[in-house]
Amino acid sequence: MTKATTKKTMQRKHVNIRFAGDSGDGMQLMGTLFANASAIKTNDLFNFADYPAEIRAPAGTVHGVSGYQLSFADHKIYTPGDKIDVLVAMNPAALKTNLADLIEHGTIIYNADNFTERDLTKAGYAENPLSNADLLKHRLFAIPMNELTLAAVKDLNLSQSQAKKCKNMLALGIVTWIFDRPLQPLVEWVQQKFHADEQLATANVTALETGYNYALATDLFTEQYTVNKADLAPGVYRKVTGNQALALGCVVAAQLSQQPVLMAGYPITPASTVLHELAQYKQYNVTTFQAEDEISAICAAIGAAYGGSLAATVTSGPGLDLKTESLGLAVMSELPLVTMVIQRAGPSTGMPTKSEQTDLLAVVYGRHGECPIPILAPATPHDCFAITLEAFRLAIKYMTPVIILSDGYLATGADAWRLPDVKSLPDLKPQFCDKPTTNFTPYQRDPHTLARPWVIPGTPGLEHRIGSLEKHNNSGNISYEPQNHHEMVNLRQQKINGIANDLPPLTLLGKDSGDILVIAWGSTYGAVTTAVTELQQTGMKVSALHLRYLYPLQKDLAAICKRFNKIFIPELNSGQLHRLLRMELFIDSIPYNQITGKPFSIAELKQRITEL
Amino acid sequence: MKTSPFATDQDVRWCPGCGDYAILANMLKVLPTLGIARENLVFISGIGCASRFPYYVNTYGFHTIHGRAPAIATGLKLTRPELSVWVVTGDGDGLSIGANHLIHLLRRNLDIKILLFNNQIYGLTKGQYSPTSAQGIVTKTSPQGSVERPLNATALALTAGATFVARCFDIDGAGLQNIIKAAAKHRGSAFIEILQNCNVFNDKTFVHLSDRQVRADRTLWLTAGEPMLYGKDKNKGLMLQNNKFSELTVAAPQDVKKLLVHQPELPDPHLALHLSQLDWPDYPVAMGILRQVDLPTYEDLIAQRAQQTRDDHPPKDLTSLLKAGTSWIVK
Repeated sequence: MTKATTKKTMQRKHVNIRFAGDSGDGMQLMGTLFANASAIKTNDLFNFADYPAEIRAPAGTVHGVSGYQLSFADHKIYTPGDKIDVLVAMNPAALKTNLADLIEHGTIIYNADNFTERDLTKAGYAENPLSNADLLKHRLFAIPMNELTLAAVKDLNLSQSQAKKCKNMLALGIVTWIFDRPLQPLVEWVQQKFHADEQLATANVTALETGYNYALATDLFTEQYTVNKADLAPGVYRKVTGNQALALGCVVAAQLSQQPVLMAGYPITPASTVLHELAQYKQYNVTTFQAEDEISAICAAIGAAYGGSLAATVTSGPGLDLKTESLGLAVMSELPLVTMVIQRAGPSTGMPTKSEQTDLLAVVYGRHGECPIPILAPATPHDCFAITLEAFRLAIKYMTPVIILSDGYLATGADAWRLPDVKSLPDLKPQFCDKPTTNFTPYQRDPHTLARPWVIPGTPGLEHRIGSLEKHNNSGNISYEPQNHHEMVNLRQQKINGIANDLPPLTLLGKDSGDILVIAWGSTYGAVTTAVTELQQTGMKVSALHLRYLYPLQKDLAAICKRFNKIFIPELNSGQLHRLLRMELFIDSIPYNQITGKPFSIAELKQRITEL
Repeated sequence: MKTSPFATDQDVRWCPGCGDYAILANMLKVLPTLGIARENLVFISGIGCASRFPYYVNTYGFHTIHGRAPAIATGLKLTRPELSVWVVTGDGDGLSIGANHLIHLLRRNLDIKILLFNNQIYGLTKGQYSPTSAQGIVTKTSPQGSVERPLNATALALTAGATFVARCFDIDGAGLQNIIKAAAKHRGSAFIEILQNCNVFNDKTFVHLSDRQVRADRTLWLTAGEPMLYGKDKNKGLMLQNNKFSELTVAAPQDVKKLLVHQPELPDPHLALHLSQLDWPDYPVAMGILRQVDLPTYEDLIAQRAQQTRDDHPPKDLTSLLKAGTSWIVK
């Protein structure tokens, strides 16, 4: 095909695009492929998948809209963006649910074949929104996607519904041309994806190429946009979601420790994908166990830790509640255990597919008795990998359960990850106690770490009994002596407090003193980093600190806070870090809280910080 | 008991007269005969009187939290399949708060042995009715008599798909030792319900069955391959007629041929389930090994899957592992 008209090429620094359609329309596949094509262009990228809790809500309704958002840029980016520049809407419901997120003069590419009166009714539109003046301020591209797709694959022996299903590939072809992404790798990926069915592979590739050629040939699109390569640190990169990175962390921990890993979980949104991922790595000495309930999952992990495995369990809020008593057992028996908590909107069942940071105080203080557990929180999807290795390092070294506090946004979001040099990864080989001595006792502690010995059952000469009852320090025998209990409570706390000496110093974004210090933790890293960087460029005396260690806190935190006039803590909860710092360090701060199930917008944060 | 090579230096702190002493003594007698090295034995318990057991056995031991011993044992067995793992639980621990874990352990057929001490009462919390207490029992939480129907532990284990199910009295030393030995040899989940006396809160609850004067007439000791004969004079037997058990007084030697022959190896658990539910005074209570079948263990199947994965997709080095999927190079 030849170009019908001369087309202009425009440079863009940064594009946010969202694909939205029915949850059965293949939006996630379309988005993933587009993201991979953008990665090949070596843009920096960040994506966020927004899918409904319903698996197959009635087609065409707003409840069933699934979205995939990708931000790609010629510079380093930290979020999938506040607003979207381009919306690809496969039906009126997709338009309705996503329109509010579009920039002032945005672009809407929509499937014109799915805007019949019936489709509009299903989406709850009383009249056609396409004729609404408000919508006309955007650039609208009406594409008869069904018609084009059916025509493209008509010679293949497909049913009408099979043929129609290829329309996501047609749409992908169109945006691939518009944003100057390479077509050939996409063709290969699609072939690979449908390798089991040659007919379907051909149909999808045909639809993809048809879309691409249509965009190239049609007079509808007069401009092509290109985003240059981002200036990123050299290395090998891949795209990774937070939950994939948690899983990879476990696999790599098994290799670094040369010990088996047992991951036990019970299906729960948005944590299950960690279990799905890990189930595919059995050749790496990883066992996954789908337990009968959340309690069984953590207890199986405790049993595995008792047996000398690197043990982990993964859950979300309701599951965390159920695991609470067992976490106490891990504290009492002083066994290494990594518990991954992927926070979601609560309380109770709440909003399972929506994200928030509301479990911080629950994991720090939410157990009966004096029951300290180190808490770590990843900052980005790819940071979930490093945080997993760090959690295992601390768990093994200090013989303690460790909690990783991730959230739904990190779990399903993906960013570009520069792969670490494997030689730089920590040594996780545990020092098992395996030498029989006449005076062995299960609670004799290392004088530096206060950790007790880790003995694998099966080791001759070291048979011993441990349990959930208070025990005599050193001997481990049951003890209800008042003074011993007091000492044991203190020892367990001191052991965790001592971890602070083993943590790296904090890194400030910006000057080390000034007017405003913004403190964040977890998934708000991206929005806060972007907002603070942009404000610094305007000359504002604002710096930012990101906490990956929430318990114990890093030792230099208090001193840094003293060097700023105001401390501002934005959180996706009602002020939990704000309260934690007040309780632990007497640091007062100005909280800013949003509990909508959605991440912060950069613009809003900038405005709030400016108003301080 | 202190003389056993498997005894610990801890003082045993059950109430004087508790049925648990007899169970411990029999276990301590059997352990040296099993041919399992001390270091390869692990006793895991939950909470309750029975769950103090691990402190008194000189092997590896883990006294955990209420109801969760089967789940902890599952994790241990998955990690160290070579160990001989024993769960000690009670009727509250194993059939109330931890019933879910028990069912799923049995269903999966992990090679774990479970000793459930059933005294039909909560003892350590000082006397409340339990899920196996007789209907009408007067306790601190049921001053007018409990309205709940009791759960049959052996029947539950059978319906959960346990591959070895047995029932015994605490005071039947020989019977208990034989069952423990058979359980130790069985590859798969072995469930042993031990009817145990709590002389403080539920004294003599089994005495109508276990007392030596009446035991032979009110219980039926099942022996594989043998006709179901019982009674002081071994002159009573069980027949199956129209899907119903009936008693037959054996008058002539040929009558024995009419009796059921115990076949614990039957794949179909129906008959075992039927036997497990017989109760005095209508029928004798079935004791001994009700079911013993061979099925692959969970840990073996898991290991097979892992081996299959290693064969089909051998592990790569760390760098290649991390790069998996779509990767790209920034220069």
